[in-house]
Amino acid sequence: MSDPAQSPLADKLETLLVRLRFGTLREGSLKRLTGGANQETWAFDAVDGANVTELILRRLSEDALPSKDTITPECEANLIRRAGEYGVPTATVRHILEPRDNLGRGFISERIGGEALARRILRDAAFAELRPRLAYQCGTILARIHAIPLNKLPPLRTSFAAEQLDELYETYRSFGAGSPVYEVAFRWLRARLPAKVSASRLLHGDFRNGNLIVGPDGVRAVLDWELAHIGDPAQDLGWMTVNSWRFGVIDKAAGGFGSVEQLLDGYRAEGGEAIDTERVRYWRIFGSLRWGLICRAMASPAQAGTPIPVERAMIGRRISETELDLLDILAPEATR
Amino acid sequence: MSAYPSAGELLESVSHFLRDALLPSLRGAEAFNVRISINAIDLVRREITMRDAADDRERGRLARLLGGGASLEAMRQTLCEKIASGALTLDQPGLRQHLRATAVDRLAIDQPTYSAYLAAVAGNPAHRSNNGDAPGS
Repeated sequence: MSDPAQSPLADKLETLLVRLRFGTLREGSLKRLTGGANQETWAFDAVDGANVTELILRRLSEDALPSKDTITPECEANLIRRAGEYGVPTATVRHILEPRDNLGRGFISERIGGEALARRILRDAAFAELRPRLAYQCGTILARIHAIPLNKLPPLRTSFAAEQLDELYETYRSFGAGSPVYEVAFRWLRARLPAKVSASRLLHGDFRNGNLIVGPDGVRAVLDWELAHIGDPAQDLGWMTVNSWRFGVIDKAAGGFGSVEQLLDGYRAEGGEAIDTERVRYWRIFGSLRWGLICRAMASPAQAGTPIPVERAMIGRRISETELDLLDILAPEATR
Repeated sequence: MSAYPSAGELLESVSHFLRDALLPSLRGAEAFNVRISINAIDLVRREITMRDAADDRERGRLARLLGGGASLEAMRQTLCEKIASGALTLDQPGLRQHLRATAVDRLAIDQPTYSAYLAAVAGNPAHRSNNGDAPGS
């Protein structure tokens, strides 16, 4: 990447921008951003006379792992458009890649200024005033997502706790050697399946600190919709409180910046149904287990015998964090 | 004088080179991946020094829990099966302690900066040196 302006990607992007009448690619502006182990994210600017448009290209990486849990980039783009229409802060999608673009599968969206790095959101002084309000605001955004009518959505799979547990157990077994902690967690979750929920809802599927662009004024965009599905709304709320998404601030359950109660207050204030903390806790346990299996899946080689990309390989070693998180909930240290 | 420097010392040299000589000249995705590579090397260094003792402790606890010795892999698998079938539950004396001690030993290698690990170690001095035996064993 010594001279991105000369790269084939820049050439193809330039061709596309001209065809879409977005302008031309600003020289030297194309940069690969980090984040997203299965997707590539590129930032670039389109120049049209005096107008500069800051854009993002998000596309499947060549060694992306196929998964039945992830929706296609085209579906993701349509979902983001729909969510934007229903008042969810999103990065507006400007173009969905087509085969003739020769850029792979993905979409181009507006680049939203702000902070996406969870640790900065939790530690930078710029967000000090926002942090106590952020969990409540996340609750209101989740309520808006969950209120989007299902008949307005692209096709999505429907999946509740019981079938997800069966699928996760099958995935777990496919990895070979078992984990006693995971066996405990699976048994616990199966014995306490949530009662049939009142209504199926659109779930973001990965709503958490780290997938939000935040400014001092609040959440500006909800990113990474590829795990969206239809299911129990408490799943999104529980996922938001998994310890892995507190980024070191272990005593603030909601994203490391707030409490479960604040999250639920915001959720109800925006019209979300009454969900109690026990149900959120169920989905937190479920979430830790699911995250661990996602970590393990990401550390699988795309093809047998090929090396695992280093980022994904190291994510594989995050399974142990979920084992201790599960034990902290299911088997805390005996008081002595 | 055989095998000097040790595997751990060699990895330390590599880690140092990447961090101090290479990383400052890199940007973006390359810097990101080199930082992860340094973390991977440091993880392997910890595994080299800590894994054998951790496995010994796990083997000892499993032999007591299951009443009899076998290979570590076989005992882990037996424990999984007994939990899955309901033959062993968290009420079983020693199981909770075993699971916690094993998870903590693993995080000491995988991710010793993780919040739940730091909390577990702070709350249980037996883990601090990482060479004391498991609590309750």
